Order: sequence, then structure tokens, then C-alpha cells
Amino acid sequence: MSGSGLSRRRAITLAGAGAAGVAGVATGAGVLLRGAPDQAAASDHAAGAVPFHGEHQAGIVTPAQDRLHFVAFDVITKDRARLVDLLQEWTAAAARMTAGQDAGVLGAVGGMPEAPPDDTGEALGLPPSQLTLTIGFGPTLFRDAEGRDRFGIADRRPAALADLPRFPGDALQPQISGGDLCVQACANDPQVAVHAIRNLARLGMGVVSVRWSQLGFGRTSSTSRDQATPRNLFGFKDGTANLKAEDADLLRDQLWVQPGDGPDWMTGGSYVVTRKIRMLVETWDRTSLAEQEEIVGRAKGSGAPLGQRDEFDEPDFAATGDDGQPRIPAHAHVTLAHPTRNGGARLLRRGYNFVDGSDGLGRLDAGLFFIAYQRDPRRQFVPIQTQLARHDVMNEYLRHVSSALFACPPGVRDGGDHWGRALFA
Amino acid sequence: MRTTRYLMLAAAGLLATAGVTACSGQKDDPATAGGPIVVKANDTACEVGDTDLAAGTATFKVTNSGSKVTEFYVYASGDRVMGEVENIAPGLSRELHVELPAGTYETACKPGMSGKGIRGALKVSGSAAPLTEDAALAGATDSYQRYVKSQTAALLEKTEEFVTAVKAGDVAKAKALYPVARTYWECIEPVAEIFGDLDPKIDGREEVIEEGMEFTGFHRIEKDLWTTGDISKDGPIADRLLTDVKEIVAKANAEKLSPLQLANGAKELLDEVASGKITGEEDRYSHTDLWDFSANLEGSKAAIAALRPALEQRSPDLVKQLDTEFANVEGLLGEHRDGDGWKLHTALSKAELKELSDGINALAEPISKVAAVVAR
Repeated sequence: MSGSGLSRRRAITLAGAGAAGVAGVATGAGVLLRGAPDQAAASDHAAGAVPFHGEHQAGIVTPAQDRLHFVAFDVITKDRARLVDLLQEWTAAAARMTAGQDAGVLGAVGGMPEAPPDDTGEALGLPPSQLTLTIGFGPTLFRDAEGRDRFGIADRRPAALADLPRFPGDALQPQISGGDLCVQACANDPQVAVHAIRNLARLGMGVVSVRWSQLGFGRTSSTSRDQATPRNLFGFKDGTANLKAEDADLLRDQLWVQPGDGPDWMTGGSYVVTRKIRMLVETWDRTSLAEQEEIVGRAKGSGAPLGQRDEFDEPDFAATGDDGQPRIPAHAHVTLAHPTRNGGARLLRRGYNFVDGSDGLGRLDAGLFFIAYQRDPRRQFVPIQTQLARHDVMNEYLRHVSSALFACPPGVRDGGDHWGRALFA
Repeated sequence: MRTTRYLMLAAAGLLATAGVTACSGQKDDPATAGGPIVVKANDTACEVGDTDLAAGTATFKVTNSGSKVTEFYVYASGDRVMGEVENIAPGLSRELHVELPAGTYETACKPGMSGKGIRGALKVSGSAAPLTEDAALAGATDSYQRYVKSQTAALLEKTEEFVTAVKAGDVAKAKALYPVARTYWECIEPVAEIFGDLDPKIDGREEVIEEGMEFTGFHRIEKDLWTTGDISKDGPIADRLLTDVKEIVAKANAEKLSPLQLANGAKELLDEVASGKITGEEDRYSHTDLWDFSANLEGSKAAIAALRPALEQRSPDLVKQLDTEFANVEGLLGEHRDGDGWKLHTALSKAELKELSDGINALAEPISKVAAVVAR
């Protein structure tokens, strides 16, 4: 990372004195970090900072970064005020960390020697790395499994945040599913993403408890036309037909919650579904190339729909081959997931490949951590997944082992705003 | 057992919570002062002859006319033990001498030696000025030393009983005494760790014993008791345990811990819980980890109680937070009581262990801030 600009430590020293107002510091230091003496920093895009404040949360249409650390929390306090305090503390820490600063104002090495540092330190010297932190609120925050309205917000639960149905074939493990809150950390440096989640979890001790977390080592989707389409662990390009940042009209129709959709606190937000999908890569790898391509409905090399030449060509479901059969099988993944088969429903996917070691049977514990943002899961993810769960031939190679749904509120507007402010107003 | 780091500890007040399995201790204060205040204790009452005292040394003469063994305590706020006398058998009287600055206190008799006890108010007035901050800190050291002495006395006594049972080949009795004797050890373990070699000899787990060193101490006997049940060859091991415990008791009683050591010790005891007890690693054969958990928690609370006067002056919000979180963990742990003792670690579900783990984390974060408050 040489030539990538100021170290966290230096940035903090520079920002240090004028530290009135946490958010103020974050903004100020971010400018220093990115703008200042070393212009190389500004030109190194992957190392730069993504603005934390804005109309929408960062980390959704932000060009997908390479690394993920996703965490779901259970809220363990019954005290609404403590939860709201934590959301404020988290917001301040998130603003700082996304700007490349330490989690706390004293920093990893700036406090008293007798005190534990207010930042854990493993990101010292690392640039912001396009870190984004995106928060979501799960159904159980509004009403828990016992039906209790712990925080007096049950009447603010959006109808779109309806529990997902059970899909055929689901092999969900409750201990790695669901959650009251989630934070998605994406960055181009895995150490930066893990640092962010670790520090948020630490701030939350006594208020929240980590329920599960997931590392992802490589993006499987593009959320911008500037990005090449990456491949998943089946070796296929994934996310070719994804919603992209440039599709303003589609984003309005398919991604962002619009005024009147539901409670006002969600306007400008989006709903995220996560699915941990184990891929049985060993059996997949023994499948012939032709069969793999028929299962997916695309050519493995180019990513083009079968019968087409270019990755971005539209699939032609009417085309038939020499045998008179459809060129793209009716139960191919691309057919079943296509908007034309799902009432026009689209998703903004930004999933990640994972390998969680091995499973003790000589197989990689590998797969796709699927993440999809949308305006209303009832009209988007649920019908699409219902189709796939019933008919997708690919299911032979897949196991859905975790599932979660969260309402991600709109962006934090400025230093006076914080995560959950409108929800808990 | 764990690696040696800062040491810790100290002080004074114990705040014993629950009787038999609590860390508490015995102590025979030397003393003096005016005519004794008569305390009439039985199984249902605790009559204190005078509850409006002048500042200075007070002497209580506690007579037990009940049918249960009782204890008598004087508590300052936060259940900081100012003085206590234990093991008052039916029909006996014992005296407690305690130095009481002006303030409000509570007295408590504990028939059956458990629970919160029968409480009463005690007012002490006089010229004694509130402690200066420095005096409050200096007092912490003395206070904690009193605590250590009370624990070491009980440690010695219970270890002797345990060793006797082992040498007599009484497996059932030895098993029953094992977690009890360890309770007093676990209350003050960070002090013990100051003394290098002794800690592994007394409390070393099999995997941490270095090559060339024999596996001895509590866990060696635990293994024999719970795996083969054959302790016929453990006589020499038991004798060595007692010798080592005697040595460490003598050393610990002479040790004065600084306020900073106390603060770090309070945190380390919770680290012990988080890393060894929650996981069931400490007592892997007997599964009596919750006894150790409770003792570590009490030891941590005792160290904080010793620092309390200083903390209340410097960071009252932190004290409030610690009180809340201590109460939370005690409540969570309390659900796993089993008679006078604790359920086995193996009887708890993963969800119950996670709940305890969350509680310890919630307490340990604010406790980790105490050292800086003490140091500033």
C-alpha cells in the first residue's frame, strides 16, 4: 500500500485537535486523508474512501468491493435507550472508519497506557479501502420470536419486512439465520472490513451479541457498468443481468423504497435478503462442460446466453437448437431467474464467494454468500426464489443453509443524523 | 489457571453474596474499642444492640441462639464488606472489630451462611472527614488485603479437608470438596499468579505442564477422581498440594497490591471466566466450572468493591454501570444454582452458555476502563 497516502495514525494526528463533534471530525479527517499532501492517494481509487453520508446508504449501489464481512446481531438489552445510544455510537464510529480513521477518537495508540485502546489497531496504516458499512433491521427487532414488542416499534414494521416463507429444499440452520440487526462491511482490503465489524461488535457489548457472521473473499456481482463481471465458485460469470448503479429508472422501480410504499422511515431505503448457499463443488466439478452450461443457461467462457455471442446479449428463450429443443432449457437457472418469468422482478445482487475451511469429509465448505437488495421482497426475492427452489436443476449442487432479511433504512444525512433515528423517533 | 500477567488484587471488602459457595472468608480481627455492641442472632432475627454509632473502631459481639451456623457482616454501599465474622455455631459467641468512618451501613446475619441475610441499618456519625482521593486509593490496598486474608484462610482449611479425604481414599467426599476448596482459590487467583511456579503446581491443567514437570495439583487429583476413581496413589500428590497451598497462602497474605493491580485483577478474573470457564476447559473432568465462574465473579467484584470509594469520586457513572452489569451476570448465573452449589457445565445448553458469555462481555468492557480511572 505504499504511496496510498496518510496512515491512519498521521491522519488522526492532523485531525486531532479540532475534534469538536464526532461527525465533524470524520469529515474533516477524511478530506485530509484523501486530499492532502500525497496526491497518489486520490488517484488510487481502490484505496480511497466512499462518502458515508448521503440520501441512500453506501454499500448498495457502491461498485462492489472485493471483500465482505457481514454480521448479524441479537439485541440483548431490553432498554430502548441503550439501543438507541448504541446506534448513535455506531454511526459515529462508522463515519470515522469509512473515512480511514480509528473507531474511537483516541485511537489505537493515542489513549492512556493504562486503558485498553478505543480502536483495536489492526487497520493502522491501512487506507480507507472503500470501506462501506450498511445497517439493516430484522423482523425480530420489531417483534421477537415470543411475540414481544421489546422496543415499542412493532407498529413501525413495514409490511414488506414479512418473514420469508420456507422454500422447498431449504436446509436452514437457525443459529446462522435471522438476526435483529445486521451490518454489512465491504472493502477492498479484508483486514479493513474485519476491523470495522470487530470494533462495532466491541462497542455493542452488553447491548447486542454477535449471532453469526460471514466472511466473503471475492465479489460475485458487479453493481456498476465500470466493473467486469466476476465469477462464482462454479466458474461462471455471475451478476451479468444485475441491477446496476447507472440504471436510474430501474433503481427507482426495483431497489429504493418509494414514498407511500410503507412507513416513512424506510423511504429511500432498501430490503436485503442474505442466503448462505453451500455449493457442492466436488460433484459440480465432475459435471461435463455441456451439462454445466445447460444448467446455468450461459456459456462458461464468455458468459453469453446459450445461442448468443456476447455476455450482455439478451437471452432468446424462443430459440431452438438442431434437435428442436429450446436452446436455453426451460429449467436453466437463467430462464427461471429472468425478469420476464417473474413479473419483471429484478434484484441488485452483491454476493460474495466464501470458503469456510473444509467440512471434515474431505470437501471444501464453500459456496456463495448471496446478498440481494430490493424494494419489496414479497414481489421480488420471494417469487424468484420460489421458481428456483422448485425447478432449478442447479439445486442438486446447492444447499441453502442460512437465510436472513433486513430493512436497510435510507442514508445518514449528516453529522446530526444517525442510524435508526427516524425509526426510533 | 492462566498465564501470568498483571497481578492484581486486593482489597477489602468482600461482598460475599451467597453463603456456602461464596468466596467469603474468615477473619479474626484484632481489636479494641468501647464496650461491645451486642448482636442477638438466631434463625430468623438479627438484633443489633446499638445502630447509631460514633466513628471509630466498633466491636460487635455476636451470639447465635439459633439452630444454624451463622455469619455476621457490616456492609457499606454496594455490599462492600467492612467487616465480617463467620462460622458462629449455635450457642457460640464471636466478636467482630471493625473500623467504621462516618456514613451509613448495613448489618447482616446469615443463618445457614447463605443468601442476602437478615439486614438492618447502621448509622455512624462523627468528625471523620470523607476520604481524600488518595486516601480512598490507599484504603483500597488495605481493604483488599483483608479480603485476601479471609480467602486464604478458607482456602487452607478447605484444602486440608480435601487432602485428608483424598488420603483416606474417600472418593465421594473428595469429589464433594473439590469444587468447594477451589472456590477460595479462584476468588484470588490473580494474586497467586504473582508467584510464578506455584500457580501451575497447584492449578496447572494437563496440557500446560511443561516437559520435565510433573502434573500435580487440583486438576491431577480431579482427573483421577473423575476418570478412574482410583486415588490410591495420590497421597503424595495431595501432600504436595497442601504444601504448595500453604506456601502460597503465606506469600499472598504478605502481598500488598496497588490500586492499579486491583483494577487489572478485576478484569483478569473475568477474562478467566470468558476464556476458561464458559468453555468448560477448566474442570474438564468434573465439569464443576460454574463454581469457579462464581468465584471469579466474586473475586472481581471484591476488587472493584475495594476501589469503590475512589471510583465513586472519579467516575460515578462507571460505578453505576458496573453495578448494573454485575447484577445482570449474577442474575444469569443464579439461574444455574443447584442447592448450595452449581449445575455442571455439561447441564447447560449452548444458548445458556452464550447468555452467560454475553453477560461477562457486557461487564468486562466497563471493567477494562477501571484501570485508567484509577491511574489518572
